[in-house]
Amino acid sequence: MTLNGWLQILVYCGIVVLLVKPLGGHMYRVFNGDRTFLSPVLGPIERGLYRISGTSEREEQHWTSYAAGIMFFSLASFLVLYFLQRLQGVLPLNPAGMTAVEPNLAFNTAVSFPTNTNWQNYGGESTMSYLVQMAGLTVQNFMSAAVGIAIAVALIRGFARASVKSIGNFWVDMTRCTLYILLPLCIVLTLVYVWLGMPQTLGPYVDATTLEGAKQTIALGPVASQVAIKMLGTNGGGFFNANSAHPFENPDAISNLIQMVSIFALGAALTNVFGRMVGNQRQGWAILAAMGVLFIAGVAVCYWAEASGNPLVHALGIDGGNMEGKETRFGIALSVLFAVITTAASCGAVNAMHDSFTALGGLIPMVNMQLGEVIVGGVGAGFYGIMMFIVVAVFVSGLMVGRTPEYLGKKIEAKEVKMAMLAILCLPLAMLIFTAIAVVLPTGVASMANAGPHGFSEVLYAYTSAAANNGSAFGGLTGNTPWYNITLGITMLMGRFLVIIPALAIAGSLVAKKTVPASAGTFPTDGPLFVGLLVGVILIVVGLTFFPALAIGPIVEHLAMINGQTF
Amino acid sequence: MSQSKSAVIMDARILWPAIGGAFRKLNPRTLIRNPVMFVVAVVSLLTSVLFLRDLVTGGGDFGFTLQIIVWLWFTVLFANFAEAVAEGRGKAQADSLRKARTETQAKLLTSEDRTKFKLVPGTSLKVGDAVLVEAGDIIPSDGEVIEGVASVNEAAITGESAPVIRESGGDRSAVTGGTQVLSDWIRVRITAASGHTFLDRMISLVEGAARQKTPNEIALNILLVGMTLIFVLATATIPSFAAYSGGYISVTVLVALFVTLIPTTIGALLSAIGIAGMDRLVRFNVLAMSGRAVEAAGDVDTLLLDKTGTITLGNRQATEFRPVKGVTEQELADAAQLASLADETPEGRSIVVLAKEKYGIRARDMATLHATFVPFTAQTRMSGVDIDGSSIRKGAVDSVLAHVSQSTRAGSGAPPASDAVRDLQAIAEEIAKSGGTPLAVERDGRLLGVVHLKDIVKGGIRERFAELRKMGIRTVMITGDNPMTAAAIAAEAGVDDFLAQATPEDKLKLIRDEQAKGKLVAMCGDGTNDAPALAQADVGVAMNTGTVAAREAGNMVDLDSDPTKLIEIVEIGKALLMTRGSLTTFSIANDVAKYFAIIPAMFAVFYVAPGQTSGPLQALNIMHLATPQSAILSAIIFNALIIIALIPLSLRGVKYRAIGAGALLSRNLLVYGLGGIIVPFVGIKLIDMIITAIGLA
Repeated sequence: MTLNGWLQILVYCGIVVLLVKPLGGHMYRVFNGDRTFLSPVLGPIERGLYRISGTSEREEQHWTSYAAGIMFFSLASFLVLYFLQRLQGVLPLNPAGMTAVEPNLAFNTAVSFPTNTNWQNYGGESTMSYLVQMAGLTVQNFMSAAVGIAIAVALIRGFARASVKSIGNFWVDMTRCTLYILLPLCIVLTLVYVWLGMPQTLGPYVDATTLEGAKQTIALGPVASQVAIKMLGTNGGGFFNANSAHPFENPDAISNLIQMVSIFALGAALTNVFGRMVGNQRQGWAILAAMGVLFIAGVAVCYWAEASGNPLVHALGIDGGNMEGKETRFGIALSVLFAVITTAASCGAVNAMHDSFTALGGLIPMVNMQLGEVIVGGVGAGFYGIMMFIVVAVFVSGLMVGRTPEYLGKKIEAKEVKMAMLAILCLPLAMLIFTAIAVVLPTGVASMANAGPHGFSEVLYAYTSAAANNGSAFGGLTGNTPWYNITLGITMLMGRFLVIIPALAIAGSLVAKKTVPASAGTFPTDGPLFVGLLVGVILIVVGLTFFPALAIGPIVEHLAMINGQTF
Repeated sequence: MSQSKSAVIMDARILWPAIGGAFRKLNPRTLIRNPVMFVVAVVSLLTSVLFLRDLVTGGGDFGFTLQIIVWLWFTVLFANFAEAVAEGRGKAQADSLRKARTETQAKLLTSEDRTKFKLVPGTSLKVGDAVLVEAGDIIPSDGEVIEGVASVNEAAITGESAPVIRESGGDRSAVTGGTQVLSDWIRVRITAASGHTFLDRMISLVEGAARQKTPNEIALNILLVGMTLIFVLATATIPSFAAYSGGYISVTVLVALFVTLIPTTIGALLSAIGIAGMDRLVRFNVLAMSGRAVEAAGDVDTLLLDKTGTITLGNRQATEFRPVKGVTEQELADAAQLASLADETPEGRSIVVLAKEKYGIRARDMATLHATFVPFTAQTRMSGVDIDGSSIRKGAVDSVLAHVSQSTRAGSGAPPASDAVRDLQAIAEEIAKSGGTPLAVERDGRLLGVVHLKDIVKGGIRERFAELRKMGIRTVMITGDNPMTAAAIAAEAGVDDFLAQATPEDKLKLIRDEQAKGKLVAMCGDGTNDAPALAQADVGVAMNTGTVAAREAGNMVDLDSDPTKLIEIVEIGKALLMTRGSLTTFSIANDVAKYFAIIPAMFAVFYVAPGQTSGPLQALNIMHLATPQSAILSAIIFNALIIIALIPLSLRGVKYRAIGAGALLSRNLLVYGLGGIIVPFVGIKLIDMIITAIGLA
């Protein structure tokens, strides 16, 4: 580890923290329906959209209608994306002449993008036409992000409002999120990326003659616009197969920094939106602090593991950290930081190959996702994910101070605990069950690139990434097989909707409750004690769930490496 | 709470029947009420069946498997035992209550007066029947006195042998079946049918038979079931992982891991904690009609307390003699004491005592003074004494002034100096302003001064209120006094707020206002006019001396009729919740050590490098447990024994401390969270050393 490396990490954290308040304030105004500086331009468009779709911003929904709206919208997204892929051969904007995508791969992709996972069992430049990339994938990048943020805001309203039935209007929340938050930011980011040298063209691929005289096809396309939303909406689906390790998708250190910042920007700002809506910004900072503790701990372990390198390689006389699978223009610190960010948030973009990390270095991204991606997390998803843990933490600690547990004046009772446990339970359900089947199934094992614990880690990572709607791949595993396409698709659906429904149910239950005024008998949820408690609960619950699996995967691999064993 | 009653947590009379109870509770219908332990029983049964199969077919490590199975069943039995012990404590009390419920003959009145009755069995009485109860009779069922007054021995219910007065009309009209009339007679209208009396309810409550899960208990159960399901996932996937890694894990070992991981500690003790919470109240002579009420007590935000009897001693006391100009304190004290010698009211006695303590005036004997006592009447509103032609009167200021001017006109003495009148009135007003009651004293038409009667705030009550404030509970004093007096007493007692000249409607409104703000309100009351407020309050404690209406409206009954108990009731409610939360934390924190015992034991056989005896995961055996078998066995033994070890704590409850929620939480997190992580490391290591030494594994 170097001082320079840590300074870069600290600068990154500083920028994210500085953005929390201004972004949070803007988002708060947007979801409150207040006027913002964009209203003069976008207001008419917004009202026009409502008129066309027949909804109104004054119309509010019960949680069940809100959830039904999400389900309906996601189903429609799935169908559109599926048929776009199947029919891309006959549709326009296909200069590279791509043919129809295989059915099970199309299913996997059509699930992957609307669930904000962006797991890619395909290589973008060799599979998808410009039309699918733009009208299919990029649109879903916006929509799945907007859906996630809308759910988080609906859940926040559950805490902020009292004794009412409605938690907002899904269509309005989604429209506002897209119009006032995602689109303006993406336009700015796209221009910056183009300035930094990213391609943004609808022209055909370019053929070049290399120094050796060989012909090389250079893939191009509308890259900058997709990268902007891929990061900001924590989608992670790269335009190119190599994702943000590709020089066109991530040219230099500046673009790398902007990409990393935009992964966390909206997720971190949501904690501030929460604080503002419940009338105490400290509550939001406390949640962000808990996320920060987990984040820094993850970065430290991962950085240490990668910087220490592999003793087996050192024995060969090659000093230094582990540079396998990393871009030299980013180095160890920025590769590690990117890996931890992308898995802490539900992004899944990569600028280095996680498969090539050391055992412990690769353990951190996996654990980040197994935590349910609550460290800032996917836009919206991270927030409602950590809320599930907060419900459990508050419940246990509330009992310990001798009161019916309450959070922000809302009593946490059987219904909330039931829904939170359901949401917490569904992630290991999807991750562990499918891993357990895949590692004993010949088709599952055949896709592994390595034997022993590392092969096990590849499979565990894949299902973990899919269930957590992350989408990053460990690499190594050949995912484009019917078994993995279908099971990973199911895993993504479970990881998305089995969390969303309980989260909205909690919102619906809380919003109807009275707000109990705080007294000396209620323990403060905006101080270090609460932060520590929350971190403890998250680590214990998740640690206990995944300890056996991690022991058989990365932990045994690490211990074996120390012993000098390889697989 | 008397220490002798609560200190004995386990004595032989409870322990022996509880062991039998532990086996009886293996009945699946009983077990299913506790999902965590039911799951343990199911997997224990599964391993037992597999063991029997292996016995027949041969193969397997019998000694080890048998030990695991034995400890699995012990885990279930220990849980049952904990519940049986908790119930046993109540049973002893229920038995003594049952004795009071013996068959009685009732004198069922057949006419409107009390002359004609026929003897019927007490159990045949219906609601609305009127019965006659005379001296020596046992009251056959709960009822309301509709005529007469009698002294009643309620020891059967309250344990207090001093008789109490029950009379028709007033706030002391309720009688309880099973109590005995000692003198006089009463006509009672029956208000509860046989089997539904207060005594019946009390018996089923202390036995835990009527126990229903409370809201928080239900929520906690869901959490525990959720944790159990998570561990089902964590363990059920291990065989596949093991198969991939080229190994095999036996069902017995998997079950052992599963049972140690699921929250058996709290699962086993949960119902014992609930029963013990109710039991603590009962021992404290408070009957909660439901567990929900006990939980609500822990949540109370606002406490309504009647001034008299709760905040102040029941009676006013003389604290000061204030003579008018020209009279010495000594003279006033002397006259006041003489006037009070035969006055048996608490106020009168307090004047005698004050005069003696402050001025050394010894109480004198009325007979030797040839004095005649003039008792207080509603007409004169004065009392006093006539000694050898001299008369002394004390009473309300205006009454004494009227008396003095009257006797002056009658020419029996010198006219009172108008200075003295003004002086007296000034003193009286000053006393009233400070919250006291002035009592004027005159001798032979001469105004002497004023005795300051004061509401005496109970010793230590101020500190109690400060404690409540730290708990986050606001106290409101309810009084019929005028606002001025109320404010003075409120300030002295340190309550947060007061409601002066309170009518029952005011009380009800205050409760509703607080509840509208989302607060939970507790109050106590005894009169019929308290009933609406008692019913509205989240925790309504009715005094046992109160009316039937009040007792029906409240959700708790205080058998000692001591309103101060509300404070302890709140503490008991909080302790109940804290015990559950703390043991849940402890139970889950324990899992860390159990993983470090069992995971290396299971996985150390994987990826063994050539020339080595164990694989890389042996490095996780940080406790250095002797063998894989001893490690697994130690974990499961620890898991079972910790249940037994925590029974006393779950019965006693985690003590509530009024140190603020944050401090309380950090304290409990340190003890039960951090402690929960460390204790099993030590425990499992010790057990491993013991079983290795005696050769069990």
